[in-house]
Amino acid sequence: MEYNFRRRIRNLSAGWITVYILMILLVCFTSLPLIYMVSTAFKPFNELFLYPPKFFVQNPTSKNIRDLFSSMDSSVVPFSRYLFNSLFSTVSTILGTVFVASTGAYALTKLNIKGKNLIFTLIIAALMFSPQVTQIPNYMVVNSLGMINQFSSLIIPKIATAYSIFLMKQYMEQIPDTILEASRIDGAGEWRIFGSIIMPMVKPAWATLVVLTTVATWNDYFTPLIFIQRQSMKTLPLALQSLAGTAGSFTRSGVTAAAIFLTTLPVIMLYLSMQSRVIKTMAFSGIKS
Amino acid sequence: MKQQVWKHFWNKTVIPLSFILPFLVLFFIFTIIPVLAAVFLSFTDYDLISTFDFIGFDNFKKLFLEDDVFFIALKNTFTFAVITGPVGFFASFIMAWLIDQLKFRNAFSLAFYAPSITSGIALSVVWLYFFASDHYGLINYTLLRIGILSEPIAWTMDTRTILPVIIIISIWMSMGTGFLVFLAGFQNLPTEQFESGRIDGINNIFQELFYITLPLMKPQLLFGAINSIVGSFAVFDVAVAVAPLPSPGYAGHTIVTHLYDYAFIRFDMGYSAAVSVVLFVITFGLGRICTRLLSSKD
Repeated sequence: MEYNFRRRIRNLSAGWITVYILMILLVCFTSLPLIYMVSTAFKPFNELFLYPPKFFVQNPTSKNIRDLFSSMDSSVVPFSRYLFNSLFSTVSTILGTVFVASTGAYALTKLNIKGKNLIFTLIIAALMFSPQVTQIPNYMVVNSLGMINQFSSLIIPKIATAYSIFLMKQYMEQIPDTILEASRIDGAGEWRIFGSIIMPMVKPAWATLVVLTTVATWNDYFTPLIFIQRQSMKTLPLALQSLAGTAGSFTRSGVTAAAIFLTTLPVIMLYLSMQSRVIKTMAFSGIKS
Repeated sequence: MKQQVWKHFWNKTVIPLSFILPFLVLFFIFTIIPVLAAVFLSFTDYDLISTFDFIGFDNFKKLFLEDDVFFIALKNTFTFAVITGPVGFFASFIMAWLIDQLKFRNAFSLAFYAPSITSGIALSVVWLYFFASDHYGLINYTLLRIGILSEPIAWTMDTRTILPVIIIISIWMSMGTGFLVFLAGFQNLPTEQFESGRIDGINNIFQELFYITLPLMKPQLLFGAINSIVGSFAVFDVAVAVAPLPSPGYAGHTIVTHLYDYAFIRFDMGYSAAVSVVLFVITFGLGRICTRLLSSKD
């Protein structure tokens, strides 16, 4: 009842109708590239080079998507291989991130460890680091460990991120300690409490980490660009760039559009399926300093 | 007795460490130590093969006094960041504030958030269809059609338009994590203060926004601001997708493309580390300033 105060049910006055109309126009405008992307992915060959250019597809076809998988099969590296590379490195990074961020956050919020505050200060500071600053020394480490052109180079350096443990810690902090005390008195070990009580309770937070890690890994261009030279190990963003060729080139438009569509769709679908959990987690993400 | 000591040690030290160490080890190896290593490298001359030669401030002297391309990169990056950072930040805040008061909140937020979770490389290619330099480009076609242009503009080849194109694409993608944080923040504001505010004479939504909402949202605003700063100074993907490296007249050159060029094409690790230290000082310094401004301890 009481929250209605701020989000009071507004009368549909002329002012609010204007706001709705403006917002819908804005949504249409910002979605143009995405709509165009979908529309182009389904354009038959002759519609790609129409003059005057047409925004929407007239006779949709799945030929581009089929071509993407079949025509590239004969070339050195099939598209499905890039898809696999992206999928494998993303899923592995997610598993690693959710694990180390949750256990780490549990230690920082619910266990007594020395230097807790110092660790948290470092995490907050690391939120302000650009990832590119660490890339040169990381390259030297990855190179000396023989991880160049290996999946491990795309996964291991990206597991322990500051924002993931930060979000997890903020979310865990609001779980009352009394719940844990009861289990501790019953003699349950910390790992058991963590696995059977904490992890189910922080589901929204790990759903959020799944989404944010996917966005950061699936779309990452810089990391594979420097760590991967072998064609068969490249991920989707690198494959897309070679497919698109030089800026504005139209030669393989249809196949490129299909590849862009297939690269973009999974992330949006994933977010869509977890939207409410993500927003729930973000409510605790403020930095109180 | 001995067993008891051991048990105490196990419960109070080994178990807690087993939770924090996986994160801590990776965090130090791939984040904390690399930043310190980058600072160390920036004072050396190193090419991955020979030994580290300590050369003092020579890299920084060369960077600021002799390297004209770095000066262009710095200028482009600041122009880019000064526009996309604040625009992204304020657009996220205003949109989140508006959406919070509307119906169909999930649909609206998805529509604004979706661009930021797409691949910068992928969607730049889509934008390049719009900005194609011939008559087939949708933007050229439209502008020619309504008579604003008399001949097509080569958007991604003209040194005057490369940076603006990068900025437009990036603004389109800029309503990311910060936007979600604001959205969540608005949904979880405590209601009591709004009620007492109304008793104190606050009578329209703008007063409510300035006197009650903004101060309560400081922690979220700080998270969003840090995100915008780090994101906007690290511009790379969209820049190299719009114009090849090196871009015509270095018009699309940024701090990170400069870093990439020296580190991973020329393998001049010392010099590129100096570039990364400059980037670090800028984002970390601005981050600290924002922390001061948006401190919630007063």
